[in-house]
Amino acid sequence: MADQTHNTNQGWSQQSGRPGSGRREAVWGEVSDRLDDWLAIEPDGAVTAYSGKVELGTGVRTALAQIVAEELDVPLDRVRMVMGDTARTPDEGYTAGSMTISGSGTALRNAAAEARRAMLKMAAERLDAASNELAVREGVISVSHHPERSITYAELMGGKAFNLKVTDQAPRKSPETYRIVGSSSPREDLPRKVAGQSSFIHDLKLPGMLHARLVRPPGPAAQLVSLDENSVKDIPGLVKVVQRGNFIGVVAEREEQAILAAKQLKVEWKEAAAYPRMEDLHTYLRRQPTEDTVLIDDKDFEEAFAGADRQLHASYYQPYHAHASIGPSCAVAEMNGEHVTIWASTPGPYPLGGAIAQMLNLPAENVHMIYVEGAGSYGQNGADDVAADAVILAQAVGRPVRVQWTREEEFAWEPKGPAMVMEVHGGLDTQGNVVAWDYHVWSPSHVARARLAGQLVTAQLLSGQPAPQSRFSFGAERNARTNYTFPAQRVTVHYLRESPLRASSFRSLGGAENTFANESFIDELAAAAGVDPLEYRLRYLSEPREQAVLKAAGEKAGWEPHPSPRKGDAEIAQGRGVAFARYENDQALVACIAEVQVERTSGLIHVRRIVVAHDCGLIINPDGVKNQIEGNVIQSLSRALKEEVRFDEKHITSVDWETYPILTFSEVPEIEIVLINRPDQPAVGAGEPSTVTTAAAVANAVFDATGARLRRIPFSPERVQAAWGGGSK
Amino acid sequence: MSGEIVLMVNGKPHTVQAAPDTPLLYVLRNELGLTGPHFGCGEEKCGACTVLIGAKATQSCKTPVSEIGQARITTLDGLIEEGELHPVQRAFLEEQAAQCGYCLNGMIMTTAALLWKTPHPSDLQIRQALDGNLCRCGSHLRILRAVRRAEALLAEG
Repeated sequence: MADQTHNTNQGWSQQSGRPGSGRREAVWGEVSDRLDDWLAIEPDGAVTAYSGKVELGTGVRTALAQIVAEELDVPLDRVRMVMGDTARTPDEGYTAGSMTISGSGTALRNAAAEARRAMLKMAAERLDAASNELAVREGVISVSHHPERSITYAELMGGKAFNLKVTDQAPRKSPETYRIVGSSSPREDLPRKVAGQSSFIHDLKLPGMLHARLVRPPGPAAQLVSLDENSVKDIPGLVKVVQRGNFIGVVAEREEQAILAAKQLKVEWKEAAAYPRMEDLHTYLRRQPTEDTVLIDDKDFEEAFAGADRQLHASYYQPYHAHASIGPSCAVAEMNGEHVTIWASTPGPYPLGGAIAQMLNLPAENVHMIYVEGAGSYGQNGADDVAADAVILAQAVGRPVRVQWTREEEFAWEPKGPAMVMEVHGGLDTQGNVVAWDYHVWSPSHVARARLAGQLVTAQLLSGQPAPQSRFSFGAERNARTNYTFPAQRVTVHYLRESPLRASSFRSLGGAENTFANESFIDELAAAAGVDPLEYRLRYLSEPREQAVLKAAGEKAGWEPHPSPRKGDAEIAQGRGVAFARYENDQALVACIAEVQVERTSGLIHVRRIVVAHDCGLIINPDGVKNQIEGNVIQSLSRALKEEVRFDEKHITSVDWETYPILTFSEVPEIEIVLINRPDQPAVGAGEPSTVTTAAAVANAVFDATGARLRRIPFSPERVQAAWGGGSK
Repeated sequence: MSGEIVLMVNGKPHTVQAAPDTPLLYVLRNELGLTGPHFGCGEEKCGACTVLIGAKATQSCKTPVSEIGQARITTLDGLIEEGELHPVQRAFLEEQAAQCGYCLNGMIMTTAALLWKTPHPSDLQIRQALDGNLCRCGSHLRILRAVRRAEALLAEG
């Protein structure tokens, strides 16, 4: 209803890139202010909304459609989203950082409000009424009390464009009046997916399309010595063996022929060491030259720390983690003269298009990127690289080519979530209060997205050149600071210039590892102070929302206060642990409580129950948020309990589901979720925040149960046995 | 090398040209255009490529087409009868039991096979039946709820 609208930004971010929050990754180019770039009213009354973001399997396509439908007052099923197509949608950089709702959602909301205002103005003239007499319902504008005087959006627009700018001044609906936003609208993609209809990049089929597989070197430093094309000449359907530098691919009429050719092709490589010894990884990281950023440097820190009654120290270790997408990366490319079209599941169609143009030495506008969904990626997997592989192969054969990585290639060549070292020093006074807190993290950049051709594996293999050093380091500062009000603090990020293994974004960037260290260490301080760990955290949280989320988790879990550890010597020990974080210090708030049983003999941790309380401001789609929380918890639990990329000096040796196991159905705990909806607060992302608290909650629960402190991910049975038996009580 | 093979897929005979050692998955996807089963690992370790052969959930990424003979193959879209989703598909939809949905095929096919053989499984039986199906998004609890819902829908008939 028009009279229910007023100009409010309640529940919404003011802009897509918050200055000072270091969100360079997701902000790319200037966000368009042309209304027609965002919305179109089709002649049949449907609304087409354009977003430069993409659907990564989180349900944002549905959530964005909800936002548009709400603001325009049209039924949800009349909104059609077009996402991530460089010929059709605005440039919104990468889909990353849980920013689609705050970024694209805010832009679409503003665009829809502008469109609504424009159409109300047109309707006032056509219906000869004052605009405050008009009401909108389901895409029909009518005069209040005279419903026979009405006109539809489609009739008003007649298929024409708006030719207006989005001013951000159009009245927006107040969140109290929302009917579509805030409801658990079902996902629009699932009916197709449960029926097995073509949904993924892997399913795309073009006329005349060929199939390809790659033949990768055994390691990143290996060089091609020789290739024997005769070794595959008996394979029917083989179209071409493509070799340029260290890049090798085989193209065939049929997929199974390409697979066979890739297996059978005789290639000799000269191998070379590329990695440090895995046992020395963390020592190696600590010895590298760094560029340091001091995030907090309270001037009285040194004095406060020196004057502490007790000083505690601990180091925590994160290995490399694989994104481990269930479907290996796949892309399709077609080259016509100087123009190329690439169908890919890249989270950044525009920036990747630019990098590929650079690789091909073509102007960026000659590269048309079309996003098609892939398997969940959770950061940068092989999706960008495989798009570049596809275009090189399509260029070589002059026909459309579909190429898919093998399971082994996905594990070996995708960028990993970086290995890190975290070191914390704390000072307590005689009453056990924190008087000083000193945090250090050593990490390579968490972002190496392909903006330059040289960042693509394909280009590195073509040229024989390694990836360029990252121009800026990003991500390790995420949640390095806590939200606790400790009196004297120092927080330092030590950026390594290079990562031994190729590394890039993984869900939450450094947020998960920093929170593992911070939330483990505050638990260590609480134990040293002899105070219940939940109560200890509450002492240092000043914001009501922070207190509320922690208390809500405690209430749901039936938290019984007592200092950790419990004293018990049972064969199976039970415990509970808590962790809290505000994602990026100003985004969603999460409190997580884990309940575990630990077996003394086997060292196995059984996580029985996880409770999460979650406040992401205004909730757009409650079931969508719950789905994200469940996914975050299960994936981060898998990472904490089981995952570690293994390697020797020449190769990555975690290359399949046996050498890189992930959590199975039998190991998944019960998860209970408390959603705190705050319609008066900005809607912030839910795709990552609840990833960050799981590892610490579990480590703290194991400590509560056993008195053994786990400081190294993953919490393998051997490490549990060593810590429990090793006298760290 | 390549020869004619007749496969019974989703209730109909299909004549395809394929080398006898071609894994069933590629014939279903590329020759018959059935995009339900997906490639995940090629080693029968993740379940993304699951189809029913007879009433048994079978990973299709390594099974050679020549070994199937007259056995009846059912794929995800073959569960649909006269335009109506199968109760297991309905249950997954009603529980919104997916995120990216790449593993969904294997989850639904494995559940269909489980409930065919064991109409009222225990929680342990369900988890064990699904243990060979990997999900990276973490939709496990929704999938377990969907299995229970499917059990109820099938019991209603």
